[in-house]
Amino acid sequence: MLNRKDLLGIKELSKDEINLILDTAAGFKDVLGRDIKKVPTLRGKTAVNLFFEPSTRTRTSFELAAKRLSTDVINFSVPTSSVVKGESLIDTALTVQALGADFIIIRHSSAGVPHLLAKKLRASVINAGDGTNEHPTQALLDAFTIREKKGRIEGLEIAIVGDIIHSRVAKSNIYCLTKLGARVRLIGPPTLIPEEIRGTGVEVFHDMEAGLKDADVVIMLRIQMERQGKGFFPSTEEYSKNWGLTAERFSLAKDDAIVMHPGPMNRGIEITSEIADGPRSVILEQVTNGLAVRMAVMYLLAGVKR
Amino acid sequence: MRGRFFYGVKMPKELMNKKDIDRALTRIAHEIIEKNKGIERLGLVGIQRGGVHLARRLASKIKDIEKKDIPVGLLDIGFYRDDLNIRKEQPVIRKTEVPFEVTDLKIILVDDVLFTGRSIRAALDALIDLGRPAAIQLAVLIDRGHRELPIKADYVGKNIPTALSETVEVHLEEEGLEDRVILEKVDTER
Amino acid sequence: MKIIIKNGHIIDPSQGIDGVGDILIEDGKIKEISTQHSALSTSSSAHRTIDAIGLYVLPGLIDMHTHLRDPGFEYKETIKTGTKAAVKGGFTTVCCMPNTYPVNDNASVTEFIIRKAAQEGHCTVLPIGAITKGQKGEELAEIGTMRNEGCIAFSDDGRPVMNSLMMRRALEYSKAFNVPIISHCEDLTLSEDGVMNEGLLSVTLGLKGIPSEAEEIMVYRDLSLSKLTGGRLHIAHVSTEGSVKLIRDAKKRGVNVTAETCPHYFSITEDAVTGYDTNAKVNPPLRTERDIKAIKEGLQDGTIDVIATDHAPHHMDEKLQEFDKSPSGISGLETALGLSLRLVEGGILTMGQLIEKMALNPARILGIKRGTLQTDTNADVVLLDMNREFTVEVDRFLSKGKNTPFRGWILKGMPVITISKGRIYEWQ
Ligand SMILES: [Zn+2]
Repeated sequence: MLNRKDLLGIKELSKDEINLILDTAAGFKDVLGRDIKKVPTLRGKTAVNLFFEPSTRTRTSFELAAKRLSTDVINFSVPTSSVVKGESLIDTALTVQALGADFIIIRHSSAGVPHLLAKKLRASVINAGDGTNEHPTQALLDAFTIREKKGRIEGLEIAIVGDIIHSRVAKSNIYCLTKLGARVRLIGPPTLIPEEIRGTGVEVFHDMEAGLKDADVVIMLRIQMERQGKGFFPSTEEYSKNWGLTAERFSLAKDDAIVMHPGPMNRGIEITSEIADGPRSVILEQVTNGLAVRMAVMYLLAGVKR
Repeated sequence: MRGRFFYGVKMPKELMNKKDIDRALTRIAHEIIEKNKGIERLGLVGIQRGGVHLARRLASKIKDIEKKDIPVGLLDIGFYRDDLNIRKEQPVIRKTEVPFEVTDLKIILVDDVLFTGRSIRAALDALIDLGRPAAIQLAVLIDRGHRELPIKADYVGKNIPTALSETVEVHLEEEGLEDRVILEKVDTER
Repeated sequence: MKIIIKNGHIIDPSQGIDGVGDILIEDGKIKEISTQHSALSTSSSAHRTIDAIGLYVLPGLIDMHTHLRDPGFEYKETIKTGTKAAVKGGFTTVCCMPNTYPVNDNASVTEFIIRKAAQEGHCTVLPIGAITKGQKGEELAEIGTMRNEGCIAFSDDGRPVMNSLMMRRALEYSKAFNVPIISHCEDLTLSEDGVMNEGLLSVTLGLKGIPSEAEEIMVYRDLSLSKLTGGRLHIAHVSTEGSVKLIRDAKKRGVNVTAETCPHYFSITEDAVTGYDTNAKVNPPLRTERDIKAIKEGLQDGTIDVIATDHAPHHMDEKLQEFDKSPSGISGLETALGLSLRLVEGGILTMGQLIEKMALNPARILGIKRGTLQTDTNADVVLLDMNREFTVEVDRFLSKGKNTPFRGWILKGMPVITISKGRIYEWQ
């Protein structure tokens, strides 16, 4: 059982808890395939999307997930307006709670903000991405998608390619997939993969071809253009030449390998359209599965434990 | 050791054995066919988990009689329960798999024990979200009374008057147990 | 006014005293000190006799790295509250860093601090002036004038002097006034906006790391500049194994350098940051077991001369922010002695050596006649009960800064009496 108030990260979850979320998500995915895509499960509850950083994708996914569960949703974007007025983070969160929120879904550019707020709030806090720390629901939906496509996760060779150090998606995926028994390889330039990360039990490749060989799953990460100016790599062209996923490179992976991307994609930079739109791309399915996983998380956190 | 049964722990009482259960299901199968004048446009939907096994058994009995297959679906009511806000732990979500269109079919909902009626209320909602059945009927192995909602079964294996402090458990072979129905007194000092 | 402290275990490394004896204080000065072999000459006519049986009698401690926040940030701390916390922690002298508002980069601010401390301070306050105007690292501040006004050392603490030429000039120029330059060693281009030690933990917490090298590169630079100029260099808050090695090596080569560390650098590791506890955010950051070991060795072999607090009080609201936004610093005056006594308990230092690090050596480095129980010096005395345990409870801190990662720790050894500025403070 998921005996916790909050979902802050995958780090804190056990293998059993992850599997429970994935199993529950399967039930919700059935619902999403019906004509009536809504269940009354969490009727009368209120969820607040408290986003300190813009993200239409994640916010929309949580919003729809909540609505499918018959939960009311409020979008409380904080486009630095309140922050400018000098309202503290805690005050903003307490205000949101006072609106009657049962779930507070937080996206923030600073790592640890959901943890800080979870200690101060009665509501369930769901981390929708905190700085470069974690993005747990993305990792859960990735694991769900892999399990659905491959039938298992244990023993799979999974490559994650790109800006690992700045990627909360990569971090959560590393914890999630290694806990579920996959072998994880990280691929990218040494400036974007800290040496210490080997301590999490992953393999590190700086050579794309070597890293892709016989992979079952390839997860591409979005490359942030602004890293270029900071000396992480000299140009997006050079990055693309060395670590972009082309059809030729993808052929080094297993014949039935699938490719994933958390979006939004930089087509032609980290991934070619040929691959992104190709038969082995599961990128759009990830989006659908995101709904089911987020419904499952909200459902499981809703039990009374306080 | 023997003396312990006279104090403290209550001896569970067997209400139905394997034979009783089988006879009851046979009777219900006949009643279903009779009431619906055959099995045309009929579907069985078992409520997870006990109801699912019973629905499958009923389907096979109906097939023995009518020599025709009757479709069977599985329904999980977890998403539709009305006690989610007061439970310590969320119920495990099991599969919902109704491999046929319920719209315009007569659906027989199957459950093991009918008690407060709340599970059936949830099942009705769950079923209606799948489509618009022409009619819904209810078959249960045990009706133990204490209804909290205006719900009544169309087919009952056995009516058993119980106290609220008692529990009724249906053990089935499909769950790795011997077929039987047991009445147990809940220790109120728990 | 005469005070006699009787039968205490006196430890005064400046005179080589380590034994039971009595001290006579008259008019705020140490009048006479005796050990068991020679009784006090005037024993009967005291106004107050303190029975110190079972207690240590020590020279008042000197903290050469304190942020009193006054003027400008009185909501974090004031001279009044900071010195009261100091006295409770066993300190009778604190040296306050210049990163106030306005910055103590000119004689009028120095004068303000000294005047206010004379009026409100519970202990002696010796200001440290800024090396450069506004601590901007661009123009040398009026070191000579501030020296005459009472600054006893110079530092841009909180920030490094990034420009090597400016640092060279400071080390050269300060020679004329025989004052140490205290260096906060941090290569800002390398630490960038890091908020904790760089390593596996920073990666898994998603927090930007500061590598040890950000400190060590500057330690090496400053040691080189000290060698080049002969200027007196004091390295503030040593936190890494590499820094200890560089300083040890430089001392062997005769470089004019001294160094300090702080209790948190030998008491806890970066693990304290787990859970995003902003009370464990400090600059330089908490490091690893390996660094703690090296720092303890450095204290033991004399590479590190001083234990200072780097007392950096902040308001609770500031520490309740996002980890990367929250200011760095630990409120340290009231836990420093208790944490440092663990070194004695652990056999790293003798009680005498600890007093050297916390009183005598700071006095020597700063060129002040303090940190001693010699006759005719100020009667700055601490009576310490090593049998008293206390739990660190921030609600009982006298400092305004409640920011400590040691909340709930049980520490052994508590000052029961502090004599400072002619007053007797008794602690329950
Ligand atoms: Zn500093």
